[in-house]
Amino acid sequence: MNGVHDMGGMQGLGRIEPEPEGHAFHAVWEGRVHAMSLASPTRSNIDAGRHQRELIPGPEYLGMSYYEKWFRSLSDRLVEQGLVTPAELAGGALQTGAPKATPRLLAADVEPALNRRGSYVRETAAPAQFKPGDAVRARNIHPEGHTRLPRYVRGRSGVILRMNGAHVFPDSNAHGRGEDPRPLYTVRFTARELWGAAANPHDSVSLDLWEPYLERG
Amino acid sequence: MPHDHDDHDHHHGHGDGQEPPSDTALRVKALESLLVEKGLVDPAALDAIVDHFEHKVGPRNGARVVARAWTDPAYKARLMQDATSAIAELGYSGGQGEHMVVVENTPQVHNLVVCTLCSCYPWPVLGLPPVWYKSSPYRSRAVIDPRGVIAEFGTELTEDIEVRVWDSTAEIRYLVLPERPAGTEGMGEDALAALVTRDGMIGTARL
Repeated sequence: MNGVHDMGGMQGLGRIEPEPEGHAFHAVWEGRVHAMSLASPTRSNIDAGRHQRELIPGPEYLGMSYYEKWFRSLSDRLVEQGLVTPAELAGGALQTGAPKATPRLLAADVEPALNRRGSYVRETAAPAQFKPGDAVRARNIHPEGHTRLPRYVRGRSGVILRMNGAHVFPDSNAHGRGEDPRPLYTVRFTARELWGAAANPHDSVSLDLWEPYLERG
Repeated sequence: MPHDHDDHDHHHGHGDGQEPPSDTALRVKALESLLVEKGLVDPAALDAIVDHFEHKVGPRNGARVVARAWTDPAYKARLMQDATSAIAELGYSGGQGEHMVVVENTPQVHNLVVCTLCSCYPWPVLGLPPVWYKSSPYRSRAVIDPRGVIAEFGTELTEDIEVRVWDSTAEIRYLVLPERPAGTEGMGEDALAALVTRDGMIGTARL
C-alpha cells in the first residue's frame, strides 16, 4: 500500500537526532511492549506484524514513536483475535468468562528462542528468471495490501547484483495466503537513475527485491 | 507529550526513578497485568526478553566480528563469503540476523545501511536500533541524501568516494565492515573492538 511508512526519498520530515550507544530501551514501558510483542500468542509472522503497523492511519503513524506503534498494533491484534475485549483494554480490569490460558513462551525458552538460527529461504521448483548482471526494471505497481517494493524505485532500472535464493514472499505471507516463496534478488540502482542528474555519479542504492516486483529492463 | 498532571506524585514511588509515568506507561502496565492474569504471557519470560536486549545483544557483538575480521584474514574471507555462518562462529545468531551480508568500506567505497519501510536492523550483532535509525528523518533521507546524512554525523565524504546505500527491504540484514584505522597495527582484538562504533557499523560514521 502507498502508505506514509514508505518514506524513502521524502524530505522535510525533521532533524536526525544522534544518540550515544548503550540504551536498548528509553523507558521501562518500551521494553515491556517489545517483550509482550515477542511473547504474545497473537504473534503470527513478521510480514503480518509489519502490515499491522502500516495500517495505522498516516497522520497518527507520523506522530507516534516506534514503540507506540508496536503497542498500538499489539493491542489491535489482541482485540481482533478475541483475546482481549475493547472494554478490558480501556479499563484494564479483567472480564470473567475465558479460562486461564498457558503462555506461549516461558522464561526458560526465551534465550533458545531468541538465538535460534531461522531462515526465510525455501526450496522451490520454479527456476529464477534473472541472474547477476541482468538489467531489470522495478514494476510500476501499486498493490493495496502489504508490499516491500518502495515507491521510490518503481519504474526505475537497475542491475541484478546477487541472487539470494527463494525467500518467503511478504505480499502473500502478510495476508495469510501462504509463504509463496519467490526468488529474491539484490538490485542496484544508480543514484542518478533514482534522483536525477544532480546526484553523485558514483553513488547507488541497492534493495532486496522479489521476482514479481521486477521485469526485464 | 502526554499530560503532566499531579506532578508532585511522580517523583517517588515508581521503579525507574527518572520520569513521571506517562499515559502510555500506565496503559502498557495495565495491558501487561491483563495478559498475565489471562495466562497469555509469562511475566518472567518478559523479564528475560528485556534482559536479552539490554545485556546479551548490542553493538559490542558486532565490534567483535569487525575486530576479528581485521586481525584474521581467513575469518574475513569467510565473513565476506557467508556472513551468517561466520558471525555464528562467534556465537551470534537469532531473529533479525537470519541472513547476514557484510559490506566492506575501502578508501574508495563507503557503505550506509537503512530500512526505509520500517526499521530492519541486525539485532544479534548490533542489538536494537537507536531511535534515529527508526525515525522518519533518517528513513526518508538516507536514500536520497546519504552524503548529507553522513555529514550531519560528522564525516564529509569527498565527491570521488562511492557511496553505496543498502535499503533492507527483505530479511537480509547488512553490517558495514569499517576500514581498520591507521596506526592500530600492534593492537590486539579486544583493543581494536573498543575502537569500533555502532554508527561505524551502520555507516553513518567512518572510523
